[in-house]
Amino acid sequence: MSTYANKKGFGATLWDYLTTVDHKKIAILYLISGGLFFVIGGLEAMFIRIQLAIPNNDFVSAGFYNEILTMHGTTMIFLAAMPLVFAVMNAVVPLQIGARDVAFPFLNSLGFWLFFFGGVFLNLSWFLGGAPDAGWTSYASLSLHSEGHGIDFYVLGLQISGFGTLIAGINFLVTIINMRAPGMTYMRMPLFTWSTFVVSALILFAFPPLTVGLVLMMFDRMFGANFFDVAAGGNTIIWEHLFWIFGHPEVYILILPAFGIFSEIFATFSRKRLFGYSSMVFATVLIGFLGFMVWAHHMFTTGLGPIANAIFAVATMAIAVPTGIKIFNWIFTMWGGSVKFTVPMLYAVAFIPTFTMGGVTGIMLASAPADYQYHDSYFVVAHFHYVIVGGVVLGLLAGINFYWPKMFGTMLSEKLGQITFWTFLIGFHLTFFIQHFLGLMGMPRRVFTFLDDQGFNTGNMISTVGAFLMAFGVLVMVINIIITSVKNEKVGNDPWGDGRTLEWAIPSPPPFYNFKQLPLVRGLDPYWVEKMEGKKEMTPAEPLGDIHMPNSSILPLTIASGLFIAAFGALYHMDDKTWTLPIMIVGLLVTFGSMFIRSVKDDHGYHIHKEDLMDDKDKGGKA
Amino acid sequence: MANEQSNSANPNVDLKYRRKKNAEEMKHQVLSFTLMIFFTLLAFAAVGIEGFSHWFIKPVILLLAVVQVIFQLYYFMHMKHKGHGTIALFLFSGLAVGLITVLVFLTIVWI
Repeated sequence: MSTYANKKGFGATLWDYLTTVDHKKIAILYLISGGLFFVIGGLEAMFIRIQLAIPNNDFVSAGFYNEILTMHGTTMIFLAAMPLVFAVMNAVVPLQIGARDVAFPFLNSLGFWLFFFGGVFLNLSWFLGGAPDAGWTSYASLSLHSEGHGIDFYVLGLQISGFGTLIAGINFLVTIINMRAPGMTYMRMPLFTWSTFVVSALILFAFPPLTVGLVLMMFDRMFGANFFDVAAGGNTIIWEHLFWIFGHPEVYILILPAFGIFSEIFATFSRKRLFGYSSMVFATVLIGFLGFMVWAHHMFTTGLGPIANAIFAVATMAIAVPTGIKIFNWIFTMWGGSVKFTVPMLYAVAFIPTFTMGGVTGIMLASAPADYQYHDSYFVVAHFHYVIVGGVVLGLLAGINFYWPKMFGTMLSEKLGQITFWTFLIGFHLTFFIQHFLGLMGMPRRVFTFLDDQGFNTGNMISTVGAFLMAFGVLVMVINIIITSVKNEKVGNDPWGDGRTLEWAIPSPPPFYNFKQLPLVRGLDPYWVEKMEGKKEMTPAEPLGDIHMPNSSILPLTIASGLFIAAFGALYHMDDKTWTLPIMIVGLLVTFGSMFIRSVKDDHGYHIHKEDLMDDKDKGGKA
Repeated sequence: MANEQSNSANPNVDLKYRRKKNAEEMKHQVLSFTLMIFFTLLAFAAVGIEGFSHWFIKPVILLLAVVQVIFQLYYFMHMKHKGHGTIALFLFSGLAVGLITVLVFLTIVWI
C-alpha cells in the first residue's frame, strides 16, 4: 500500500461509496441520507407549526396538512431516526468490539441501499399525486378509504426499507455474538454495543409483524383482498395489533441506542467507570423484553376490555423500573466524577431531566382510565416528542458530536456546538412543554386548524416560536459541519483525551482494516485499563499476519434498485395500465438477476499482506 | 460437536474417552428415537380408540408434540450441548413473541 494519500476524482469517490462494503463508509452513507431525511422531516414539522401558529390559518389546506403530518411522523421515525441510529452503530460497534468489519459486509451494504431506495420511493409520493395521509400509524379503517396512491407509497416504501432494517439488525446480532476481540466477554462489552445487541434482537422480532401487516395492507389496497375491510368480513383491529406489536418495540429500538451513547458519554466525560455496569446491562435487556408486552397501551380506547387494559397498563408501568435504574446510574456516574462539560456531555446532562419528564407523562398515559382523557390530544403529542426528541434526537446529536472525530478525523467546533445545544434545547422545551397543557385543555391532535377564543392561541404561538429556535439550532449545526469539513484539521487517536473503549485506541478515521492486530481486551473499558497502567496503546492478541478483506460490489445497489422499479409497477397496477406488469417483471429480474450473479460468481475477497502492513515505525511486534 | 473437541489433530488422542462419549450419545439418540415413535403411536391410538372425549385427546396430542419437538431440538440437533445458550435464548424469545401474538389474535380482536 502506498504511504502517500491518493487524491481521487469525484467520479472515483462516488463509485467508491456506491460499491463500498466497509462499515465506516456505510456509516457515512447512513449519516448523509438520514441527515437529508431529517431535514425533510424537519421542514414538514415547520409547515405544521406555521399552520398552527394562529387560529383559522390557511397556510395549507386540510388534506395537505394530513399528508404533511403523516410524512413528518413516517419520515422522522423510519427515514431519519433509524438510519442515524444505524450510522452511529455502523461507525462504532465493530470498533468497540475490536472487529475488522461486521460479519456480513455485503449484507450491510444491501441493508443500506434497501433503506435508501425505500425512503426515496416513499418521498417520491409528493410528486406523484400526493403523499400518504392516514397518519404514521396508517390505521386500516382510515387508510383503506384514502384516495389516490399515497397509502400505496407508504406500504411499498416501508416494505422495502423494512427489509433493509431487518438485514442490518441480523448483521449486528451475528457480528456481536461472533466477532468480539479476544478477551471481550459479554460483560466487558461497552454499553453502546450492548444496546446495539438488544436493539438488533428487537429488530429481529419486531419487524416481521410490520412486514406481515404491510403485506396484508398491500393485498387489501392493490389486489382486492379483504383482510381489514369490515364490510367484507375482515377485521380492522388486526392492523392495529400488528402495527403496534411492531410499533412499540420500534420506539425502544430508537431509544436504547441513545441510552447506549449517553452511557459512553457519561463515563468518558465524568472520567469514571460507568456506575452499576451490570445493572445497566440488566436494565437494557429487561427493557427489551418488556418492550414486547406493552403494545396494547396504544390501543386502550379501542375497546379491548378492562382485563386486557389492566394487564397492559401494569406491564407498561413496570418499564419505569429498569428505566429508573438507568437514570440513577447515570447520575451516580457523574457523582464524584471529574466532569468535563463538552458539547456531548451537555446533551447528556440535558437529556436526564428532559427524558424523565417524558417518562413521567408516559406513566400518566399508561394508566388506562386516565388515558381515555389524554388519548388523541396534544398531551400525547407532547409526551412522545419529549421521549423521542428529548431522548433519541438529543442522543443522536450527542453521538454525532462525540463520534464525529472518529468518523471523519476532525473536531466539530465547540462554540458552534454550544449555540446549537442551547437553541435546540430551549426551542424544544418551548415547543413541546406548552403542548401538555394544550392537550389537557382539549386541543385534539392531527387536526389542521383550531378556532379563535378557545384559549389555544398563546400556547400555539409559543410552540411555533420554539420550533423556529430548534430549526435555527439545526442550521447552526449544518454550518458547523461545513466549516469543520472545509478547515479539515486532523486530530489524533483520542481527541477527547478521555476515551475508554477500543475505538479510541486506533487512528481517526481508522484505516480500512481497523486493527492491524486484533487487540487483547483485559477488562471493561479496555483502552482505559491500558492507560491506567501507563501504556499508550493496546496489547495485540495475535502476531501480525495477512488480513482477509471483502471486495467492493455494486450488486447491493442493483438488488435494491430492482425492488424500487418493481414497486412502481405494483403501485400503478390497479389503474389498469398496460405498462405495470412489464415494469414489475423487469424490476424483479434486476433484483433476482443480481442475486443470481452474487450466488454463482465466486468472490473470495482479497488479502492485505503482512509486508504491506509493516512500516518503519511499526513492525507489529509490541507484546 | 462439542464433545469431540480436542487440542490435537491426532485422532488417537483421547480415543477411549471419545468412544465412550459417542456411545453415550448414541444411546441417547436411540432412546429418544424410540420414545418419539412410541409417542406417535400413542397419538394415533388416542384418536383411534373409541371413548375418549375431544377435551382429553387434543391437549394430550399437543403435549406429545411439544415433547417430541424438545427431543428433536435437544437430542438430534444437539441443543443440550454446551455453547447453545444464545441459540436457546433467541429461539425461546421468538417463540414467546409469536405465542403472545397468537394469543392476542384469539382473544382481543373484537371477535
